[in-house]
Amino acid sequence: MNNKTKYDAIKIREDFPVLFQEVNGKPLVYLDNAATTQKPLSVIRKISEYYEKYNSNIHRGVHFLSQKATAEYENSREIVRRFINAKSTKEIIFLRGTTEGINLVANSFGKSNLKAGDEILISHMEHHSNIVPWQLLCEVTGAVLKVIPISDNGELDFDAYKNLLSERTKIVGIVHQSNTLGTENPVKAMAKLAHDAGAIIVVDGAQSIQHFAVDVQDLDCDFYAFSGHKLYGPTGTGVLFGKESLLSTMPPFQGGGDMIASVTFEKTIYNSLPYKFEAGTPNIEGVIALGAAIEYIEGIGLDNIYSYEKELYSYTAEKMSEYPEIKLIGSAPKKGGVFSFVIDNIHPHDIGTIFDLEGVAIRTGHLCTQPVMKRFNIPAVSRVSLGIYNTKEDIDRAAAVVKKVLEVFA
Amino acid sequence: MDNPLREIYQQVILDHNKSPQNFRVIENPTNYSEGFNPLCGDHIHIYMNIVDGKVEDISFQGNGCAISKSSASIMTTIIKGKSREDAEKYFQKFHDMVTGVETTPEEEESLGKLLVFQGVREFPARVKCASLAWHTMHSAIEGKETTISTE
Ligand SMILES: Cc1ncc(COP(=O)(O)O)c(C=O)c1O
Repeated sequence: MNNKTKYDAIKIREDFPVLFQEVNGKPLVYLDNAATTQKPLSVIRKISEYYEKYNSNIHRGVHFLSQKATAEYENSREIVRRFINAKSTKEIIFLRGTTEGINLVANSFGKSNLKAGDEILISHMEHHSNIVPWQLLCEVTGAVLKVIPISDNGELDFDAYKNLLSERTKIVGIVHQSNTLGTENPVKAMAKLAHDAGAIIVVDGAQSIQHFAVDVQDLDCDFYAFSGHKLYGPTGTGVLFGKESLLSTMPPFQGGGDMIASVTFEKTIYNSLPYKFEAGTPNIEGVIALGAAIEYIEGIGLDNIYSYEKELYSYTAEKMSEYPEIKLIGSAPKKGGVFSFVIDNIHPHDIGTIFDLEGVAIRTGHLCTQPVMKRFNIPAVSRVSLGIYNTKEDIDRAAAVVKKVLEVFA
Repeated sequence: MDNPLREIYQQVILDHNKSPQNFRVIENPTNYSEGFNPLCGDHIHIYMNIVDGKVEDISFQGNGCAISKSSASIMTTIIKGKSREDAEKYFQKFHDMVTGVETTPEEEESLGKLLVFQGVREFPARVKCASLAWHTMHSAIEGKETTISTE
């Protein structure tokens, strides 16, 4: 992509109307990108274009509008396929988000392949959405959930992973980049080991897909799930990539319209891939606009985004280190633009309120990773998370609020 | 310092946050309950000794933000020595105040030092922080076995 052009965050900002407003009398600074990202005009316009010009149900009508909507929807599938380098659009399933993707694998693959005594291996840094579906699966199958430990700096204990793998392991579930610690996990190496042990690997890509290039064939992962709303696209959209060889053997997740080839009361024949897993009318405008979001990101180039965010993260870490009171949670050598911190004797919720009063949006709480909180023996954290439109000025504003927090609670 | 900031983080609140009152465990309490605010990870235990309808002792333990901790602390100082009925009345009045229910000047007067939490109602995201201790006390008095969650 356009590696030569200089990254221009100010110009990118201009594509995001929501950023141009005041909050509590101060210009908004948005640093909660790991929770969700803002949407560029091209995405917003794509949604209105759909409703203004060709709203209609897909895969069902012979009329013009339906054909146009279907073509746009299927075009998004091809955009996603290219974006993650899947072999075929049959491997791209549109869902509501990462959570639904993982639940699909647990229910469809899990229930038909696991039995009592089998093991599911996940890491200590998983989001609740990559923990609870597996616990539910364990409850119905009698499989056992095992946890790969993490070190004090938030790195996955790779040796422990190797030792935990065995012929009993059937599924490995791993977050590509942690939403709390920022740690980037060695998914490719993990996939190789999982396969050697006869297990499949499910990757939670909710926090990676928007920050660096993902090639599912190169990673050789079996499933890869991500959410549109964290990728500058609409909420209520998500993608599950699954290898065709696995998807074709799996039973449907939900039954209904669109997922069938023929229905009689005696026997129903399921539709082919990927439609077998897309029951009912989907989030049509969302999926179409997700295609626009991916094209927008490709226009900037993920390699450019990766190096820019890396540089901005270094700046954040440097700025924040000016306050000895701040304790960083998660300092793996390989990590993305997530700065989670605690300050002794000041609760994150108080920090969040003061940030908000200063017009700076950050996230506070357990971040849907309660086991991580427990691991570091803290009730909650405050998190600054970076996106493509953030600037050094944004970080300066955040650092200035930290000063204020320390003054109030002096 | 900005006004809205001082509106919520009043000095009394900051003081109680730093040195909370009755921040201890009561062994073998007559009444006990546990409260959670899953949104921010707040977790509180309320211990009470209620003898002949009177709150002889009340204490709390747990982990929380300045608003929830100071609210628990001030609550214990008010409830200690009151009758069970009065404790419940204070719960109702406090609840009305932070959720912005219309109150008469007399009612406001009777809230006394609890009025420092009036600013909280301008911060909808923080109302639960202020009321967690009170809900937990209420459930301790009622002797419910269930844990309280403000979500
Ligand atoms: C690492 C990680 N996994 C999964 C999810 C769940 O994503 P969603 O709520 O969009 O399904 C999130 C987002 O909250 C996340 O950060």
